[in-house]
Amino acid sequence: MNFDPNSGFLFAVAAIVILFIIAQSVFFLVRAIRQAKVLKMDMRQVRRTIVSTAIFTIAPAISILLGVITLAKFLGLPLPWIRLSVIGAITYELPAATSTATALQVSLSETIRDPQVYTAIAWVMTLGIFPGLVLVPLFLKKIQKGLMTLKSKDSKWGDIFMTALFLGMISAFLGMVFADIRTGLAGWIPIFVLLFSALIMGVCGILIKKCNMKWLETYALPVSMLGAMVFACVITPMIV
Amino acid sequence: MKRSYDDMTHIYGRIWILTALVVVFMVPISACVYYDAWPGITPVLKGLLGVAPIFWTVAVIEVVTYCPMLGSAGSYLGFVTGNLTNLKVPAALTAMENAKVKPGTEEGEVISTIAIATSSIVTTVIIALGVLMLAQLTPILNSPQLKPAFDNILPALFGGLAVVYVSKNWKIAMAPLIFMVALFLAVPALSSSVGVLVPVGAAIALLAARIMYKKNLL
Repeated sequence: MNFDPNSGFLFAVAAIVILFIIAQSVFFLVRAIRQAKVLKMDMRQVRRTIVSTAIFTIAPAISILLGVITLAKFLGLPLPWIRLSVIGAITYELPAATSTATALQVSLSETIRDPQVYTAIAWVMTLGIFPGLVLVPLFLKKIQKGLMTLKSKDSKWGDIFMTALFLGMISAFLGMVFADIRTGLAGWIPIFVLLFSALIMGVCGILIKKCNMKWLETYALPVSMLGAMVFACVITPMIV
Repeated sequence: MKRSYDDMTHIYGRIWILTALVVVFMVPISACVYYDAWPGITPVLKGLLGVAPIFWTVAVIEVVTYCPMLGSAGSYLGFVTGNLTNLKVPAALTAMENAKVKPGTEEGEVISTIAIATSSIVTTVIIALGVLMLAQLTPILNSPQLKPAFDNILPALFGGLAVVYVSKNWKIAMAPLIFMVALFLAVPALSSSVGVLVPVGAAIALLAARIMYKKNLL
């Protein structure tokens, strides 16, 4: 059988996986909205959460789509589409494909036509990322229970604990932005972008507090992110 | 006895995530069966050797670090749909911040779930639309003019987030921030394994916070 990584069969498999993801997301969304009503939460806030998250998601989702396009050059469309819609991220899938191709002494410069190479890559991608799906059902309840105990013993420390966890994560990514500054002015571009994003967020904060523009609170993060991405497009040609 | 919302979340969550496990493994198995092309254990092991040590370590780190932030339903969903650091975690935390609810509370659980589910649906739909319109979109998305925007998506995201969280908690943020900046300046190559450094940053932040809390500085 001739192998085509863009075959109808593989697209059908991709469609099943995508439908599963949508179904799971809709299930939890509907359940959470119902619970919000049970808790008598402000439903306008719930709607604002949906709208602002949807807007915030657009740019990163397009960035993920770029990952699909990158991988599609040698893996065809269905497999990258599946892998980047379920668990995966380009930072996982590209090294997984490269590692397997190197092990099999295959070039990734053109579309794969050998089904065994293709399935080997699919297996490595799957085996590389599946532990999260096993660890969450095994340990989530224990982790949540531990947090509840922590909070019940000392609620202030419980809140500080959560904040510190997130700040630790932010710090790693903020630090990473400084990695290339020794390469010259071009290496400073991520820092300029970061500062510009921070500046827009700061301006949004002032507008929200001083000018009472409460509605902006919902959109401040997407506005600062998209503004900084536009800024990157403007300054990069001037610097590089 | 009627089970609580949280108990049911764990029951439904486990069903969904274990089904996802089956669905994920269905992909290589169905391709192998359909094309009668089983790759053999050796090539898979060779390929896996290059990525599994780091991927599996990051998986453990992500579960320990992100589950407390995402809540129960958010974790069951977020760990299936992926892209946690660049999308789901910031989306959930920003939504909770805007709604003025805290992670670990009933309201926080609801808002976090809504944010992660919305983000997952929008991402899946955008990727699907992108795949359907690939021929038209590829030249635009790959244009040199737009490339810097996507190359800098993480600084663009974390700059805004930093203002919100670092400004409010600058005392806790200082120690991990100084450490990370110094580390990346000293060893720039570490940027490819930033995921492994997340718990290091979290551990430093927790240690600094604990010391300041004990000394009544927070």
